[in-house]
Amino acid sequence: MLFALCALAGLVAVLTLVDVVLQLVNNATPAISRFGLGFLWHTTWKPGFNIEGAGALIYGTAVSSLLALVLATPLGIAIGLYLSMMAPPRVRATVGPLVEMLAAVPSIIYGFWGLVVLVPFVLKLEPGLHDALGFIPLFGPPSTIGISVLSAGIVLTVMILPIISALSRDLFLTVPGELKDGAAALGATQWEIIRGIVLPSTASGVGAAVVLGLGRALGEAIAVSFVIGDVNAIHASVVQPGSTLAERIANQFQGALNNLHLAAMFYCGLILVVIGMVTSIAARSIASRFDVNRTLGGGVL
Amino acid sequence: MSATPELVLGEGGLFDPTAPLTPSGNLRRRMVLARIVRVIATAAALFAVVMLVIVVYGVLARGISSLRLSFVVQTPQGLAGGGIFNYLLGTVEVVAAGAVIALPLGILTGLYLTEFAGPRSRVAGIIKLALDMMQGLPTIVVGLFIYGLIVIPQHTQSGFAASIALAIVMLPLMARASQEVLLLVPNNLREAADALGVNRWRTVLTVILPSALGGIATGAILAIARAAGETAPVLICDSIYNPNATTFDIFHGVPTVPMLIYTSVELPIPEAVARAWGAALVLMVMILIANIGARIWLARSRAKMGQ
Repeated sequence: MLFALCALAGLVAVLTLVDVVLQLVNNATPAISRFGLGFLWHTTWKPGFNIEGAGALIYGTAVSSLLALVLATPLGIAIGLYLSMMAPPRVRATVGPLVEMLAAVPSIIYGFWGLVVLVPFVLKLEPGLHDALGFIPLFGPPSTIGISVLSAGIVLTVMILPIISALSRDLFLTVPGELKDGAAALGATQWEIIRGIVLPSTASGVGAAVVLGLGRALGEAIAVSFVIGDVNAIHASVVQPGSTLAERIANQFQGALNNLHLAAMFYCGLILVVIGMVTSIAARSIASRFDVNRTLGGGVL
Repeated sequence: MSATPELVLGEGGLFDPTAPLTPSGNLRRRMVLARIVRVIATAAALFAVVMLVIVVYGVLARGISSLRLSFVVQTPQGLAGGGIFNYLLGTVEVVAAGAVIALPLGILTGLYLTEFAGPRSRVAGIIKLALDMMQGLPTIVVGLFIYGLIVIPQHTQSGFAASIALAIVMLPLMARASQEVLLLVPNNLREAADALGVNRWRTVLTVILPSALGGIATGAILAIARAAGETAPVLICDSIYNPNATTFDIFHGVPTVPMLIYTSVELPIPEAVARAWGAALVLMVMILIANIGARIWLARSRAKMGQ
């Protein structure tokens, strides 16, 4: 009896997931039949003329998330190393939970804060960035508003930093002490232990953590909608405003002009579901490979 | 690595035993590198803490001025005056309705995965995969799903639709938290119950669940705190409401705190923006307190279970 109840509860999750896909496909049908797969690369978004294409959105999603990943991955791994190997126990017990608190702050607050505090700061940062790194097309002439793909990337960095750092800290803590002590006994410095033992033996797990962070960044709607500007354009420069898939839905859903406009946003949602599922499966498969290595190593030791 | 240690030579080329024992050459280089890495890692951790302080302070500094008792017990007057009581009440209603659905389902799912499914069960594997994917769903997509499932057939946005969307956000969190706590319950409790000939379901209800209760409760608090701050599902499913009404009818539009913030931010009225900052502060403080409390409680119940 209880068994049946529990099994049914478990199946709810599976059924919900299937229904999510069905429901999105169903509601996106007008847009799918009209635009087909070309939706993925056409860059015009003019709902008033019944023309919608997600090319610019996909580009903005990719650039803002990659920007966040480039910033958050080294930072997160460094924090994980500090918390697992360097911090005194008392510091670890305070700083660890504080870093995780970054993940508890709701995205609406990151958005509001980003718009009012971060955007003016980025505006001041942009001329310096252009002067120093202007030879890279990414850092073009400064804009006048500060609302930009760069601001979105920074907000996303802060949001995924706790995911990457907490997961990598937990991974680094699973490295057997015997290995680290052995290396230390051979005269390795702490950095040599990290580079030679800790990072190689947890690399795939850290990879999974990074993919999980990426998944979170790709699907973030509210925080990004405040700071990216919802401008349907592809710029090489990240200091220009842009748009992302999730952010477009948040910005235009309530003001949808017609059924096709609504369907186009369901189409965007469908793309997000596919992206989300791919990242979940990727993180899982990377992590399961890691589990195998761990049990092998653990079995020997 | 085969650098020969250099002898420290004193005046006249003789070995000086009083010279300080500092590393030199290759060893010195390696130790400096290790020191640099240490400094970088410490700076990174400091950066994360500073970011938290900047965010919390940013909200605190702008929200504290509107924070009075009347702010949380009064209903709004006009576009900018009064308090946010009906928004807080609405958030409580919507999140509570979602929790009533998600928490039992999550606990039962956790029980199935740990107590009833074998370690090699294929069904359990599929359920775990589904939970992972559910947690990986962007919350705006959850909102779209419920819009198609409930809002379109009912022809009206409602707090109830938002509740179901939040339930989908909470379910995987709750299932995973329960699963993790249940795995911590020592196996000898199960074996002792088996040896006494107790039914599996009775073991679960009277032995396993009570000993995991603390951990499950903290998981529930964390899931609820997460749902309370979610904006995207509420924006899609429950964005049309009477902003001044105090309502208990969740089958129509219900005002919520995240929506108050979302809609007030770009209003050209400074008082409305100030009220949004106040609401943001209330929301953030509630969520952070719930998180800190749950953590302390979890650490305690873990310690108890370890004994």
